[in-house]
Amino acid sequence: MYAERIDKPFCVSSHLSFFFFCFVLNNNRKVFVCFSFSLGIMNTRQQSKLIYSWYGKPLNSDRKLRTSQYTGILITSESTKTEACIQLGDFILVEGVNADQPYVAQLMDLYEDGAQHKRAVVQWFCRLEEIPQNKRKLLKREISAQEVFFDQVLGYDTDIAAETIIKSIMVLPLHLGEELPIITLNREQTFYVRQSWDGKCFKVLSPDTFSKLKEANKKRGVITNSSKAFIPSDILTPVKRETGSVVRSATKSKNPDMEIESKHSTSKSSLAKERHSQRVANNDIKTPTARKKLELNSPTRSKSRLLGCEVLGLLDDDCDSIAPLEPSATKRKVKFPSEILGSPPKIPCSNDKSKSTIETAEERQRFSETMQFSPYTKVKDFSEKDKNLHEKDDILSLVGYQKPSSQIPVLTPRSRRTCAQKTSALIAEQISMLDQEDFQSGSDSSYSSNSEEEEDDDMPCTPEKKPKSSRIFSTPKSSRKSAVHTPAKTPKKTPLQGTPRTPRTPRTPRNATPEIPRRIQAAQEPASVLEEARLRLHVSAIPESLPCREEEFQDIYNFVESKLIDGTGGCMYISGVPGTGKTATVHEVIRCLQQAAENEELPPFQFVEINGMKLTDPHQAYVQILEFLTGQKVTATHAAVLLAKLFSTPGPKRKTTVLIVDELDLLWTRKQNVMYNLFDWPTQKHSKLIILAIANTMDLPERIMMNRVASRLGLTRMSFQPYTYKQLQQIVSSRLKGVKAFEEDAVQLVSRKVAALSGDARRCLDICRRATEICEFARQKRTPEIVRMAHVTEAIDEMFSSPYVNAIRNASLHEQIFLKAILAEFRRAGIEEATVQQIYHHYVALCRVEGLQSPTVSEIMAICSRLGACRLLLVEASNKYLHMRVRLNLSQDDVMYALREE
Amino acid sequence: MRPTARPSSARAPASLREPRIQPMKPSAMNKRKLKESSAESAENISQVQKILRERFCHHCAAGKLFGMEQQYRHLLELLKRTTVHGESNSALIIGPRGSGKTALLNHVLKDLREMKQVRENLLEVHLNGLLQTNDKVALKEITRQLQLENVVGDKVFGSFAENLAFLLEALRKGDRTSSCPILFVLDEFDLFVHHKNQTLLYNLFDISQSAQTPVTVIGLTCRQDILELLEKRVKSRFSHRQIYLTNSFDFKQYIKIFKKQLSLPDEFPDESFAQKWNNNVQHLSEDKTVQAVLQNLFHHTKDLRSLHLLLMLAGSAVTVHHPLLTAADLQEASRHHSTDSKANIVHGLSVLEICLIIAMKHLNEVYDGEPFNFQMVYNEFQKFIQRKAHSMYNFEKPVVMKAFEHLLQLELVQPLERPSVRAQREYLLMKLLLDSSQIMEALQVYPNCPTDVKQWAASSLSWL
Repeated sequence: MYAERIDKPFCVSSHLSFFFFCFVLNNNRKVFVCFSFSLGIMNTRQQSKLIYSWYGKPLNSDRKLRTSQYTGILITSESTKTEACIQLGDFILVEGVNADQPYVAQLMDLYEDGAQHKRAVVQWFCRLEEIPQNKRKLLKREISAQEVFFDQVLGYDTDIAAETIIKSIMVLPLHLGEELPIITLNREQTFYVRQSWDGKCFKVLSPDTFSKLKEANKKRGVITNSSKAFIPSDILTPVKRETGSVVRSATKSKNPDMEIESKHSTSKSSLAKERHSQRVANNDIKTPTARKKLELNSPTRSKSRLLGCEVLGLLDDDCDSIAPLEPSATKRKVKFPSEILGSPPKIPCSNDKSKSTIETAEERQRFSETMQFSPYTKVKDFSEKDKNLHEKDDILSLVGYQKPSSQIPVLTPRSRRTCAQKTSALIAEQISMLDQEDFQSGSDSSYSSNSEEEEDDDMPCTPEKKPKSSRIFSTPKSSRKSAVHTPAKTPKKTPLQGTPRTPRTPRTPRNATPEIPRRIQAAQEPASVLEEARLRLHVSAIPESLPCREEEFQDIYNFVESKLIDGTGGCMYISGVPGTGKTATVHEVIRCLQQAAENEELPPFQFVEINGMKLTDPHQAYVQILEFLTGQKVTATHAAVLLAKLFSTPGPKRKTTVLIVDELDLLWTRKQNVMYNLFDWPTQKHSKLIILAIANTMDLPERIMMNRVASRLGLTRMSFQPYTYKQLQQIVSSRLKGVKAFEEDAVQLVSRKVAALSGDARRCLDICRRATEICEFARQKRTPEIVRMAHVTEAIDEMFSSPYVNAIRNASLHEQIFLKAILAEFRRAGIEEATVQQIYHHYVALCRVEGLQSPTVSEIMAICSRLGACRLLLVEASNKYLHMRVRLNLSQDDVMYALREE
Repeated sequence: MRPTARPSSARAPASLREPRIQPMKPSAMNKRKLKESSAESAENISQVQKILRERFCHHCAAGKLFGMEQQYRHLLELLKRTTVHGESNSALIIGPRGSGKTALLNHVLKDLREMKQVRENLLEVHLNGLLQTNDKVALKEITRQLQLENVVGDKVFGSFAENLAFLLEALRKGDRTSSCPILFVLDEFDLFVHHKNQTLLYNLFDISQSAQTPVTVIGLTCRQDILELLEKRVKSRFSHRQIYLTNSFDFKQYIKIFKKQLSLPDEFPDESFAQKWNNNVQHLSEDKTVQAVLQNLFHHTKDLRSLHLLLMLAGSAVTVHHPLLTAADLQEASRHHSTDSKANIVHGLSVLEICLIIAMKHLNEVYDGEPFNFQMVYNEFQKFIQRKAHSMYNFEKPVVMKAFEHLLQLELVQPLERPSVRAQREYLLMKLLLDSSQIMEALQVYPNCPTDVKQWAASSLSWL
C-alpha cells in the first residue's frame, strides 16, 4: 500500500533496511520494532514528495466562501511519475494516528477552501480496533480484519485535509447473513461492510445506504475502467514484458506491488495454512499485529523490486507465471489474480476458483471449526487433506485462469523460463535470491507471529501446548514436502526454512508479562473490628468518594469536560503540598469522565499518565506517552519526533488525549525542552491534548520555568490547600463509616495534631492505623476494643517525638561527658564549632571532676565517631584526627535539657 | 558425642597439639599423665573457643536479644500482618551502631519463617546501601532476587528506564489478596537517600501506599536525622513508623549480658567442664576487678559489639594450661582495648624523632597551635643541641630531614596542603597530630630516654 508513494531516492535506503530485516529476523523478533521504525521515517519523508492536484475542472465554486468543488484528485509521486486518481464516491484510506492502521472512508466531497487548502469531506468507516473494547462484545460474532463498520458516530470530524488521503480501496457492502466473499487479491485493499456503528450499538445497514455503497462500487468500477491511470492492463503487461520495454507507467509501479502483496499473503498462507487449520477454538483469523507487520513488509519488497530495474520484475513474473502449473507452489499462482485485479471491481464470489490461498485457508479453518475441535489428534491426516485440497485448488484455479489470460502460454511455461534464464542467468539468480529472501522473511514473520499468537492462545490450556509446539516443528517439513514438486527453486529454500526458526519462540521483554508470584496461602480477611478499621484506614484503600475536595473536583472536572466537548486542548497546573489529595482527585475526575464517556455523555478520550518520579530521565516521558498512545516502543528522541507529528498534524478521527503529568518539577532539564514540548502541544490547533500537571510548589512556573514555558502553561492554576482539622476528621470518619473503632475525640486529636503540623492526610491515616495496632496490643489485657485518646497519643508520640533527646539519654556516660565538654568549649569560645583537641582538654577536666579515669585520645576519637554516625554531631573526615572540627546537630538547649534530666 | 576419657595415643589431633603444649610446661615427671589430661582439656578448650568465637563474630540470630522485647513484638506483628493479611507497610529501624538492628531483624525473620501461616509466603529482597550504590544496580538486584529475570528471557537486561518500567509494571499488576507479599530490607538506608531523585525510595514507598502488590519496606540505619533526609514527597509516602533501638540497659543488666555471653550452653559435650566454666564465669561477674573493668567499658560505650571484642581478646588467652578465664585476663584485654594507638607509635621512635616531636610540642605552645614547617622545627632542635644537650649528637640537616619525613609517614605530622613540586620541603606547613599530654605519657614509658631530653620536654624554657 505504500508502493505508490515510493520515490527513487528512498529506494536505496529501504532496500538496505529490508535486508537488515531479513537477516536479523531469524534471530530475534524484536527487529520488527526497528523495521517499523525505519519505515516510519521513510513514510514521513515520502509524504513530502507526493503532489496532490485536482482532477478536472472545478464543478461549481462558491464565490462568497471562495471554495470550489472538484470531482477528483490526482496523487502524483514526483520522482516515479506515478499517478493515481481518486474520484468522488471512491473509498479511500486516510492517514491515521497509527501509521500501520489507516482509516477507511468514502470520499464524499472535494473542495478547495479560501486559503487554497485542498479539503475533503468523507464518510467514515471504522475498524474493529477503533470500537471500544467493551462494545465489541455487542457484535456477538467474529469479525475478520477486513470488515469495517459504517460509521455513524457523531463528533468525528468529517472534513479532512486532502493530503491525508493515501489511496483508494474497495469497500463492499454485504448483507448480514452473507458469507464473506472470497476475494482473490489484494486483500489489503478490500474491505466489507455489514453493519453500521453509531457509537452505541451496531445496526444492519439500511437499504438506502446499502444501495448507495453498492452504487459507489459500481461507479468506481466504471471509472477505473475508463480512467487510464487505473487500468491495470494485465493484457498489456505480458506483451510489454516480452518486448522488454522499460516504459514506466502508473500500472507498472502498482502491479509489482499488488502482486507482491498477494504473493506475500499467500506465502504466508502456504506456510501458515496448517497452522491456521490447527488453530481451532478461536477463529482468530484477525491477527492485527501480525498483519500489521506483514503489511509493512510489502513496501520494501516492492521497492527492492523497483530498484532492480524492469528486467528483474519481468523475470520474476516469468517465474511466477510458471508456478501455477506446479501444484504445490501455491504462493506463485496468485500472480495472475493480482494482474487481473485492477480491472474487475466486482469481486468474484464463491464460484470463482481463482481465490488466494489465504482465503481458502480461512475458509477451511472455518470448516475445521465446525468439523473438529481437537486438531492435534487428527492433525496428520488433516494436513494431508489440506494438501490435497490445495492441489485441487491449484488445478481449479488454473482452469479459471486460462480464460482471462489466454495470451499467456500457460501450458508451455518451462520453455519460457529457460529462455528467460538464458538471457539473463546472472540476474535471475539474483532475483531468486532476493525472492527467496522475500519469501523467507515473509513466511518467517508470519511464522513467528503466528507461533506467538498460538502460544498466547494456548496459555490457559497448558497441557495442549506441547503437542502443538511439536506440530510447529513439523510445519516446515510439510512445506518441504510440497516443495519437492518445484525442484527449480525450492531446494535452496528448504534448508533455510528448516533450520533457523523452528525451535525458538523468543519472548522479548515487550511481550513479557512480568508478574509477582502468587501467594501460596490465601490472604486472611480482617477478623476483628480493629483489623477492619486498619484495612480501611490504609492509604491504599480507595474510598467511594473523596470528601473535602468537592470544589477542586468540580473545577477540574469542568475544565476537562469543557475541553473534551470543544475538542480543543489545554493545560492546567495543580499544586499542593504532599498528601493533600491532588493525584487522588485527578484520578477521581478521570474515573468519572470515563464513566461519562462510556455512557455517551461525553466524547471518548484517551487517558495517559506519567510520573516524573517514575522516570529515570525526563526524556523518558516521551517514550512512555508514545507507548501509551500507540504501543510503539522507540527511543526518546524519536518518540519526541513522533509525538510532535502526532499532535501537530490534524488527525481527523483522533480522540482527545488527557495527559496527567505527576511530579512535574522532575521533568525539569537545563534546556527545559521536555516541559516546553509538553505545554506546547496543547496550544497547537489539532492537538486535542489536555494536560493536567501536578507538582508541589505553587510558584513552580515562576521559579523554575523559562518564560516561554511558563507562558505556554497558561494561567489555569489550582492549588490544593492543606487539609484543616475538620476535613481530616471527616476523611477519617468517612472511611470508618459503619465501623465503631475510634472514639470521636481520638479522631479529633489526631486531626488537630496533623493539621497543625502538615495537613498531610497520609500522616493522619497512618497515625490512626498505628493507634489501632497499639490498641490491639493493649487489648490483650482485657480492655474494650476501641481506640482511645491514650492510644492515639502514644502513636503520635511515637511518630513525632524527636529521637535526639532519647538517644542522648541512652548514651553511655563518657558520650554524655563528651557532649558536656562540647557545650563547655562552645561557651568558652563563643563559636559553635570546635576541634577535638579543644574539646579534649575540657573533657579531661570534666573527668577529673567526676572522679573518672580520663580516657585516651583513641577512645575519644571512637566516641566522637560514634556520635557522628548517629548524627548527634556533625564531624569532618576523620583523617584530621585531633584537628577534626565538630559541631552539634541539635541545639545546645536540647542537649542541656537531655543531660540535665539525669 | 565424644566419650570424655579416651587414650590420647589413639587420636591424631593430640599429636598436633603437643608441640604447643610442651614448651609451656616442660616438666618431665608426669608427662604421660599430663598428656592425657591435656588432650582431653585441649578438646574442651577448642570447643569453648569455637562456641565463643561463633557467638562474638557471627552476629547470628541464635544469640539472644537483650532489652528489645517491645521492638521485637512490634516488628514481628508488622511483618506478620504483611504476610498474612497482605497489608503494605513501611518502617525504619533506627539505632546507633552495634545496637542490634540487624540482629533484631534476623531474629524476627527467623521466627516468622517458622510460623505456619507464613511459610513460603513471603519474598525477601535484601539490599545494602554500600553495595547498591545507585538505583540502576539496586533495580537489577531486586529483579534478580525476585527471580523476575527469567521472564526477560535471553535478552540482555534492558536499559535503566526499561528496567524500572518493567519492575513497576510487575508490582502494579499484583493486588492485596492474590500476590505474594514482598519484603524489602534496605540496610544502610541512609545511603539510599543520596540516590538521584530518591527514585527507588519514592517508588517503593509509593507501592506500599497504593493498592498494588503488598510490600513492606524496612530500612535499617544508624542516623537519627534520617527523616530529614527524605525528600518531601518521599517523606509523605513513608508511614513514619520508626522503631528505635537504644542500648537502654543499666549496669546490672550489662553484667547479666556479660554472664550470658560467656556461659557455655547446656548442650556442651563435657558437662563437668561446662559446669566448671560456668561457675567460674559466675565468680568472675562478682569479682571487683572484673566489675571495674566492665564498668569502665560500660561507661565508654554501651554497645555490645565492644563487649564482644573485649571478651574475644580475653577468651583467646584461654589455653590448656590456663583453662579458665581470670580477672587478670580481662584486665589485660581491657588494657589492650583502650590503648592509645598514636602514643603506641611514639614508643617505637628513635631519640632524634622524639626530639623533633618535643620541638614541635614547644612550637605549638609558643605559637598556640599555629602550623609550623621543618625549618622551624630544625631551628628549635638546634637551640636545644647547642645550649642544653650533652648526650645528643648534632645530626646533619639531611639526617634530621629524614627523621622528619619518617614522622610524616607515620602520620604523626600532617601537612596542611598537598606537597607540590614547586614548594620546598623544608617550608611546607605542618601540624602535629599529637596532644602534649599524649607526648608526656609516651615519654614516661619510653625506654632509655636521656634525662636532658626529658627535662627539655617538661619545660620549654629550661634551656634559657
